[in-house]
Amino acid sequence: MNMMSESAVEKALDQKMTEVDYKMIGQDVSVYYGEKRALFDVNLNVRKNTVTALIGPSGCGKSTFLRCLNRMNDTIDGCRVTGKITLDGGDIYDPSIDVVELRARVGMVFQKPNPFPKSIYENIAYGPRIHGLARSKADLDQVVESSLLKAGLWNEVKDRLQESGTGLSGGQQQRLCIARAVAVSPEVILMDEPCSALDPIATAKVEELIHELRANFTIVIVTHSMQQAARVSQRTAMFHLGLLVEENDTDKMFTNPDDQRTQDYIMGRFG
Amino acid sequence: MNPTAEQTARSVNWQSKEMAARRKARYAAETRLKIYGLAAISVALGFLAFLLISLTYTGHKAFIQTEVVIELDLSASGVDQSKIMEADWRGIVRTALLQEVGDIPRSEQRQFFGLFTDQAAYIVRDEVIADPSKLLGRQEFTVPMSDPADQFAKGEISRETPESQRRMSDRQIAYFDAMVEKGSITQPFNWALFFSPDSRYPELAGLAGAIAGSFWTLLVCLVISLPAGIAAAIYLEEFAPKNRFTDLIAVNINNLAAVPSIIFGLLGLAVFLGWFGLPRSAPLVGGLVLSLMTLPTLIITTRNSLKSVPSSIREAALGIGASKHEAIFHHILPLAMPAIMTGTIISLARALGETAPLLLIGMNAFITSEPGGVMDAATALPTQIYIWADSPERGFVARTSAAILVLLGFLIVMNGIAIYLRQRFERRW
Repeated sequence: MNMMSESAVEKALDQKMTEVDYKMIGQDVSVYYGEKRALFDVNLNVRKNTVTALIGPSGCGKSTFLRCLNRMNDTIDGCRVTGKITLDGGDIYDPSIDVVELRARVGMVFQKPNPFPKSIYENIAYGPRIHGLARSKADLDQVVESSLLKAGLWNEVKDRLQESGTGLSGGQQQRLCIARAVAVSPEVILMDEPCSALDPIATAKVEELIHELRANFTIVIVTHSMQQAARVSQRTAMFHLGLLVEENDTDKMFTNPDDQRTQDYIMGRFG
Repeated sequence: MNPTAEQTARSVNWQSKEMAARRKARYAAETRLKIYGLAAISVALGFLAFLLISLTYTGHKAFIQTEVVIELDLSASGVDQSKIMEADWRGIVRTALLQEVGDIPRSEQRQFFGLFTDQAAYIVRDEVIADPSKLLGRQEFTVPMSDPADQFAKGEISRETPESQRRMSDRQIAYFDAMVEKGSITQPFNWALFFSPDSRYPELAGLAGAIAGSFWTLLVCLVISLPAGIAAAIYLEEFAPKNRFTDLIAVNINNLAAVPSIIFGLLGLAVFLGWFGLPRSAPLVGGLVLSLMTLPTLIITTRNSLKSVPSSIREAALGIGASKHEAIFHHILPLAMPAIMTGTIISLARALGETAPLLLIGMNAFITSEPGGVMDAATALPTQIYIWADSPERGFVARTSAAILVLLGFLIVMNGIAIYLRQRFERRW
């Protein structure tokens, strides 16, 4: 009984939160790949300056939802998105919306580290340069340095900025990609299993980094690792078979979930 | 009733005779495959070696040319320095030659003059124009020997052959021997093969016109097909909506790549010569026709190289807010460029060796001057080979092989550049 009332209180609080507290709001989001439907009417809100983890078994639609948030799905042939997703109240699928602006505001870090085959400096400087964020060379140097500092990579690479980004280790490459995303000063950073190709030490570094980035950015992270979701996120959303099963405070999710399926997944009974 | 793990593990005896025999048979299959492969490679290499050896064997003699140094005293000819062009050089040179050898019966004069190239008089004239002081006193002039004398010097015409069956008469051989004794016969490297245009006389014929013609043709081909091919490929690969219409275009491009090149020649004849009224034999038309031929292959290679750039690079660029055009031109195209360049060079190498379409637009004409631009009449290397292979003179046999070797040389250089580019700029992800 106590549990029930607790969750009821939680829900009431949730409804009381004004739209201002949500960075992005997803309403009845459905995604089709050709004939196949990958997401079913997902309603998921992303809170400001919060790390939201999306968990669920493979093929549950969590990456699909993530890629809807910066319209990365547009690049996939035959992909169709219905429903409404807003960023600060503005519909991002509105025809008048500029995708370039959207992706500058909602940056992305991918599963496999994908630095450009260029120098470390160029990797970071590319975004600010195309968006015209730096007025001079000194300005640009400043942006590169601060981005690398934020990504915790500065001390490791400051003496070899002109070396190729692809020559770094996997963990360093992924932090370089995070620095590259940060350099454009986005408002939201989407991370699609950023640690799945990394060893535990590199993973720890990236997780620490996510903690620090939370102060300035809103982060949505897809992860396969329950421990990682528990470690880095404040809110967790559980997907299963294209449905949003449950969305809750991470602490509650991992100790006392509302939904049986969440419980089963977290206990390792499927997935 | 699934067998337990223990049962399955024990049911196989890896050391048994049957297992050993089975493995042996599998190894034998592998060995046979290797032998087939080696045999195939040996056959291929054997044919290649045969081709190169026979070409070199027949062609190497064209790389040297028999020349004779003649001493002439032109002071008696009374040529006016201001009217060198108008003088009767044929007569003057003949008189001077006769002076040198002394008295020759009139009936044998013709045979004697037949030892020198027909154009000897004009070669002497040109030397005089270059240096008018040669009009005074005894001067040395170097002229190529005529084709029969050249062939005789190279051993292609044998003394043992009965006189009636060889193109050098006994008299001519006697004159030739006398010149050898005097030491006036030389066999230097045949630079004329590279620096002279075509001629009716094999001893004077060279590839300069054909090389220049091929150069202009390929230049036109490159200028048209490279930008058009890359632009078409980028559009089809990156921008075009994927629907039936674009599929149809892609299928047709693939089919065009398989169309026999002579069809493109007919198209060029009908469209470029017939409708547009462009001049015959012009490298411009040749280049246009060859670019029609190379465009499909170029579009296909470019699309494939764009496709081979990992999509993670595209996503990385789009993910930080690069527009599609920026993602393509800043990241995808530079990464695909080495492969595109390689494909372009190989397409051009194929175009360089293309003969059939050029025959149809008249690039197999007999042209004795180098083309100065894309509108001048010209031949190309393969059509020059075609013309020479068709010529009856003995000297053209060796020259045909030599021209093929030159063409092969250009092809090897182009493919070498392609390989170099591929190795130099190859990227790994």
